[in-house]
Amino acid sequence: MKRKLILTFLVLSLIILAATGCSSEEKQTLSILNYDIYIDKSLLTEFEKANDVTIKYDTYSTPEEMYIKVKSGASKYDLIISSEYMIERMINEKLVNKLNFDNIPNYKYIGEDFKNHVYDPDNEYSVPYFWGTLGILYNKKTVDASSDSWAMLWDENHAQKIIMMDSQRDSFAAALKLLGYSINTVDEGELDEAKELLIKQRPLVMAYITDGSPAIMVTEEADMALVWSGEAVAAMSENENLDFVIPKEGSNIWIDAMVIPSTTQNQELAEKFINFLCSTEATLRNIDEVWYSTVHTEAIKQVDEELLNNPAFNIPKEDIAKMEMLRDPKEFIELYTERWTELMAQ
Amino acid sequence: MVKKYLSKIYMGIIFIFLYAPIIVLGVFSFNESKSRGNWTGFSLKWYIELFHDHDIRMAFYYTITIAIITAIVSTILGTIAAIGINAMKGRQQALILNVNYLPVVNPDIVTGISLMILYISFNMDFGFMTMLLSHIVFSTPYVILSILPKLKQLDVHMTEAAMDLGATPMYALRKVILPEIKPGIITGFLMAFTLSIDDFIISYFTKGEGVTNLSIVIYSMARRGVRPTINALSTIMLIVVLLLMILINKRTNGHDKPKKIYRSEV
Amino acid sequence: MKNRTKYFAYPYVLWIFLFIALPAFLVLLYSITTKESNGLTTIHFTLENFKKFFQPMYLNILWDSIYLAAISTIICLILGYPAALIISRAHVSKRNTLLFLCILPMWMNMLLRTYAWMTILGNNGILNNIFAFLGLPRFNMLYTRGATVMGMVYNFIPFMILPIYTALSKMDKALLEAADDLGADKRTVFRKVIFPLSMPGVISGIIMVFMPAVSTFIIPQLLGGNKSMMIGNLVEKLFILNGDWNFGSAISIVMMLIILLSMSIMNKFDVDKEGGARLW
Repeated sequence: MKRKLILTFLVLSLIILAATGCSSEEKQTLSILNYDIYIDKSLLTEFEKANDVTIKYDTYSTPEEMYIKVKSGASKYDLIISSEYMIERMINEKLVNKLNFDNIPNYKYIGEDFKNHVYDPDNEYSVPYFWGTLGILYNKKTVDASSDSWAMLWDENHAQKIIMMDSQRDSFAAALKLLGYSINTVDEGELDEAKELLIKQRPLVMAYITDGSPAIMVTEEADMALVWSGEAVAAMSENENLDFVIPKEGSNIWIDAMVIPSTTQNQELAEKFINFLCSTEATLRNIDEVWYSTVHTEAIKQVDEELLNNPAFNIPKEDIAKMEMLRDPKEFIELYTERWTELMAQ
Repeated sequence: MVKKYLSKIYMGIIFIFLYAPIIVLGVFSFNESKSRGNWTGFSLKWYIELFHDHDIRMAFYYTITIAIITAIVSTILGTIAAIGINAMKGRQQALILNVNYLPVVNPDIVTGISLMILYISFNMDFGFMTMLLSHIVFSTPYVILSILPKLKQLDVHMTEAAMDLGATPMYALRKVILPEIKPGIITGFLMAFTLSIDDFIISYFTKGEGVTNLSIVIYSMARRGVRPTINALSTIMLIVVLLLMILINKRTNGHDKPKKIYRSEV
Repeated sequence: MKNRTKYFAYPYVLWIFLFIALPAFLVLLYSITTKESNGLTTIHFTLENFKKFFQPMYLNILWDSIYLAAISTIICLILGYPAALIISRAHVSKRNTLLFLCILPMWMNMLLRTYAWMTILGNNGILNNIFAFLGLPRFNMLYTRGATVMGMVYNFIPFMILPIYTALSKMDKALLEAADDLGADKRTVFRKVIFPLSMPGVISGIIMVFMPAVSTFIIPQLLGGNKSMMIGNLVEKLFILNGDWNFGSAISIVMMLIILLSMSIMNKFDVDKEGGARLW
């Protein structure tokens, strides 16, 4: 009896394995790597049917994990959507290919504000996807946001109700901006000052989390949180007591963009997919799913009014000029990590 | 009498502790909203979405398939290895055992990255097989850990007696040794299965494109918040396993009693 | 026959050389080289990474991790031993069920269960809402060190119960009867007979709880709010964020040595060497 059970297990698993594991189809495959909940999945099926291809879709959590796999050659994707500072690194290390923009006519819809940035100065390797900034999501009922300053996060009246990010560069950015320094500084004196500021803040911090802080704001367990603008959009729609502010000292601008890794075998197909995503229709469907700010000049005209009224979605153009972009920290990340570790070891 | 009640209450508390989060997961899988903490109403929508979510279903298939195959292969590999290692002496045995336990002792991330480097240096294609291989690598030591104590307990003389009575070594192995160490084999199998099902980091660094498992999917949800579809899946898994357990119980309880009488007579 | 039985192990020996020893050697190699020398053909050996680790900041993190892991292990032992004892004394038909019920939670994804604890312990969470309903004050439970310890106990207690149960279940009942006949009361029987005989199981349990507890990073992240960095978090950050595999490897080697050391100390208690985790 036992032997039969084991045998059945074996056979079953081999069958499942054969059915799901092997892709012995003749269709072309497109392998895509993206952040989670960052695309309307129906777009994938639509593209698959329209072009008679199969899409392998994987998700990841942080750009650094993704970088290890791409750099080591362990993964061979055709399209990767990632953040600007990591794209900067991948371009510098020749891990991505130049794009043939003849295959991406819809590129014309991408706003000029999002081109010619420092990570891809000649716009040769990437196409912007979503963008946003760093700001403070706060509860209007309990927090006085009139100061419009990063100092809000250091307000002792809200001890233990403040959430900072687990991401050290973002938390440091808040401190550095408050002090008037660059978020990419490598000046150890400036970094030490920021570190001291963060150490002073520690007793006031409820938790250092990157995931799920909007959820905590929605249930009103915290008064304010350091968040990316895109996260704030969803939170504000779930709880009208919440509001979002980009402090006057300035913030950062981040752009998530699409790149094609150099290991691809399907460059043209990937470019076709990029073009597809850049169509107004696809972009609108993506906005509906993701709720992050759009780079698309046509789509923004057709977006819901509710979204347009949301300050976390509709970021004023004037603010963009004051925003700094994160640079690839590969050479100097130790400076930050060391100080972050010291902060954590208090 | 009091002792019996105390025992029952104690186990009750332990089980409440063990199952509290699982029950919460189950209850909120029926929650109307995405919220992890606010109950807004009863709804089956996450279960329906689960049927439409191809990616989560694929992750589930990979997780289970790899866990089953890993458990089977590492149990077989581990049993044979344990029998051999047990027959070794002194330094040789100690050396093999110490190396064997390295994956147990190393943090997952070190095992994961070092295996990834290994596969790259051998120019292997990353995919299903590399992930499966890694799972077998880190599970087998646990199997050996479960079986060795039982082997040491084994009465050497029994095997010798069997062979004196005419049994061949293979027969002695099958009919004498294996049944005696069976509890160790079963524990080893369950451990391998459990570890494989939950593994994240090692799988992440040794998998290929298109291959994934539940832990990886859940971890990448961390940025935007875990969707309740996963809760629905976990609840279904829980119910299936519980049903299996009740079924197995009914069968073994039917068999147990006659056996027991025989043994105590001997 | 014994002479040939050991050949059974030879295939596995080859296996572990390939998949365990080789990667471990790679880790060792990384730990004694530096980032700069990675790209060059000449390898520059150095103990720099280890020296870096022996600074107060990092040693504090190490000590903190060991401390929290030790507390969790002790709590697991205190809570798990009675459970194992009760199960081993239960009616035979019930034992497997009880054991299975102990393992079953581990088959639900660890991340999910930890997220569920966040729902239970949160300020607006289930427990606090019950307290508020009963008129009790709200407690700040989540994002504390206590929550981290509880999380570790929760996740690892089955690893304590199982080996102790295994040791208790193979205990010869005749010994207990003999002790009883010779006039020992229940407490002495436990102290002098049961507990010592269950030692191999206790040691296995301690090892299987302490090790993952010391190197875990998810639990302090989710339940502890990332407010204290544990050695697991540090290693993860170094490997992934910093790309500093050298320093990360050095720390892993240190951790490995500490664990191996504590295992060998523990094995001194396992007089009959029944634990199976042989060292030196």
